[in-house]
Amino acid sequence: MVNQTNPHAAYLDPILARHRHNPADLLQILIAAQEAHGHIHTDAIDHLSAALDLPRAKIEGVAGFYSFLHLKPQGQYRVLFSDNITDRMLGNMELMNSLCSQLWVEAGKVSEDGLVSINTTSCTGMCDQGPALLVNNIAINRLTQERINAIAELIRERVPVSAWPAEFFAIEDNIRRRDILLDGHFQSGSALAALLQRGSDATLNEIKASKLRGRGGAGFSTGMKWEFCRNATGDAHYVVCNADEGEPGTFKDRVLLNGYADRVFEGMTLCARIIGAKQGFLYLRGEYRYLLEHLKAVLQHRRQQNLLGKGILGQADFDFDIEIHLGAGAYVCGEESALIESLEGKRGTPRNRPPFPVTHGYLNQPTVVNNVETFAATTLIAENGGAWYAGIGTETSSGTKILSVSGDCERPGLYEYPFGVTIAQVLADCGAHNTQAVQVSGASGVCLAPNEFQRRIAFDDIPTAGAFMVFDKTRDMFEVARNFIHFFAHESCGFCTPCRVGTSLLCNMMDKLAGGHGSPYDFAEIEKLNVLLQSTSHCGLGHSACNPVLDTIAKFRPAYDKRLAQKDFIPAFDLDRALSQARQMTGRDDTGAHLERNHEQS
Amino acid sequence: MSKANPPSFTLDGKTIPFGEGQTIIQAAMDAGVYIPHLCFNPEFKPHGSCKLCTVKADGRQTASCTQQAKDGMVVESDIKEINDERRALLQMLFVEGNHFCPSCEKSGNCQLQATAYELDMMSPHFDHFFPDRPLDASHPDYLLDFNRCILCSLCVRASRDVDGKNVFALSGRGIKSHLIVNAKSGHLADTDFSGDDKAAHVCPVGVILKKRVGFATPIGQRSFDEQPISATPHPVVKGA
Ligand SMILES: Cc1cc2nc3c(=O)[nH]c(=O)nc-3n(C[C@H](O)[C@H](O)[C@H](O)COP(=O)(O)O)c2cc1C
Ligand code: SF4
Repeated sequence: MVNQTNPHAAYLDPILARHRHNPADLLQILIAAQEAHGHIHTDAIDHLSAALDLPRAKIEGVAGFYSFLHLKPQGQYRVLFSDNITDRMLGNMELMNSLCSQLWVEAGKVSEDGLVSINTTSCTGMCDQGPALLVNNIAINRLTQERINAIAELIRERVPVSAWPAEFFAIEDNIRRRDILLDGHFQSGSALAALLQRGSDATLNEIKASKLRGRGGAGFSTGMKWEFCRNATGDAHYVVCNADEGEPGTFKDRVLLNGYADRVFEGMTLCARIIGAKQGFLYLRGEYRYLLEHLKAVLQHRRQQNLLGKGILGQADFDFDIEIHLGAGAYVCGEESALIESLEGKRGTPRNRPPFPVTHGYLNQPTVVNNVETFAATTLIAENGGAWYAGIGTETSSGTKILSVSGDCERPGLYEYPFGVTIAQVLADCGAHNTQAVQVSGASGVCLAPNEFQRRIAFDDIPTAGAFMVFDKTRDMFEVARNFIHFFAHESCGFCTPCRVGTSLLCNMMDKLAGGHGSPYDFAEIEKLNVLLQSTSHCGLGHSACNPVLDTIAKFRPAYDKRLAQKDFIPAFDLDRALSQARQMTGRDDTGAHLERNHEQS
Repeated sequence: MSKANPPSFTLDGKTIPFGEGQTIIQAAMDAGVYIPHLCFNPEFKPHGSCKLCTVKADGRQTASCTQQAKDGMVVESDIKEINDERRALLQMLFVEGNHFCPSCEKSGNCQLQATAYELDMMSPHFDHFFPDRPLDASHPDYLLDFNRCILCSLCVRASRDVDGKNVFALSGRGIKSHLIVNAKSGHLADTDFSGDDKAAHVCPVGVILKKRVGFATPIGQRSFDEQPISATPHPVVKGA
């Protein structure tokens, strides 16, 4: 029985009603509950547990998984600084420290008056206009000391975020190079009209003929995925658009959703018609919460145009609609089976595969999961045919790829190229000078040195989900790798032993090297860990977690060597450092409060 | 390759027959062949998280608890390469928690400890994390010592799927993942947990312990003191 006297019922009941008391919507309900109350109150869980008939431990377990959900009170203003390496290069740490000291709060804590909490978060997808932060989940970019001072003042004066200067929230598209997708004018409904004219089977054949491969990273054939799903039997079929875009340095899906949402939704609708789905989901990362109202408006407009809803374009048997689900700060939810778990309101733990989503996806029914860019590309194919599309790009990699360029270059932003473009060409176009390295496809991708800049963006050379981070000769590639390793450790879901423990061990090793306590022994250890993670991890996150370290050790060894103060192994445990707490408590820092060994070193 | 009837695969050269839908480890256990494991328990649906049961199946590494057996498959398990990896996984589990075996009531009945002996793990190798994990002694009959939790989720599954109770769940993420109980207070005493639950008897390590029976069986006479874990992977523990 729902307890009517629960003081949280007033804001929870409308949320529950909106979600039809559906336990599969638990994550969405928790996000809304937190938006209403600031955190998920323990009494609110009583009410949700009764109303949804879910054990409280399950609700706490889900809330505890997602970085953006809080079971304890947070500051009235929750400030999260994006902490990708590109933000670091633009000075985010100095800005965060400045805000912390202006507001008298320690990073990671809530201020004593409960006014503000400040912390870091994984890449928020604003690398072309960083440093960036989120305040109460809304993005602010292009931070400067001036802007930080203004933010401190607004928080001190308790000005509601909705009344902050509008220019703080401006987000640029920064489209620098357009090709077939970003250039093409799109008339809503034109791809669907082409599909209805050609027929579903013939359209599927066009998509297969286009040789389109997934743009989210794995590069699976889109036509085959749709065909497998269409052929799978189930009570219902589902279409899911993966807009989790959590890979550090990637922001092209944000721009597509901002300016090309109609195309993306139309691509999903094409898929729905072909596989026979009535329901679709867009899984939008929590960092892009600010796009929600815009996307809902686009959906509503499409319903009005009879491009969504019942009897689409007058076809009696063509019903399809799209719901938007928000993520809540969990990179692993970009992995398609973890994404489906999250859609079902659970912890985002990747499933055991097989079975794959095409046969057992959302609610164990046949489900297509595709990336935002993939769906957008299918509309071009429906309009122009598979042969046309296959003629663009290279033999193995048809069509175009959108790159999210950031880091040390004059013109960061989106660059759409036919597949086959060289790294050097991209560097020239974006105005990069004295380039030391390029990290392609994000933290889990590959780090390229100048002798590799003639290589090409293509599935059989340098495959990519879109990130392209440029580092010039002034950058310390060790710190790049260390930043990525911390990202993986923070984002590991914790399900499997090798990744849960191994990513943290790796962090400790990198921190040990950074602190000058490393020896060649540690390199051997890192390589052993890499083999273990690659061969025993449960999902792609663990498989690729060591890549940044291995790549940079192999290609930028001097960055490591200069940290090798020790020739022989020394333990990570540092007796002098262990005494730092005692020093802090006694207010001492004289030589007598330090151990002998340290004097010799310094 | 000859199609035997019933279907079978080879495990380190030995022929193992398997039934419809069986995974490698299920068939191996039925045939009396031991593959190291911790989160797997033959009474439950395979989970696949500890990765200790990793084998090489047709040259590809995979968790044998979740990998379906296939006719003619060639599986390698008791080989140096794989055992080295298993040992490293065990070491990770040891340093992740706080395992002080000599003072642990589960010593000798603990699958983590016994598997470490089985795989000749001589040291924890990695630096210890020394996490801070308070005990829960609230329940009159049972103690929860989270220091030893390896997150296998067997108690979660047993309580949910067998007892129909959901006493346990996992919360947190990554290295901060941890076991929680189904009570607003966070205390076991405030749940409907009972010693008759299946969940009270599935912990492979020493988290869920019955009170007042400590050291009833002297160390030296416990299950894995008498026989290695490879001989009896899931012994009935006396007095638990
Ligand atoms: C850890 C991890 C994170 C991922 N994140 C994303 C993501 O943010 N967006 C995405 O489209 N695919 C992501 N993927 C890939 C998806 O699992 C899946 O392959 C993809 O969504 C399929 O769509 P596509 O075929 O159109 O590329 C991720 C994979 C892994 C292992
Ligand atoms: S590899 Fe990492 S992210 Fe993937 S299932 Fe294992 S712990 Fe989770």
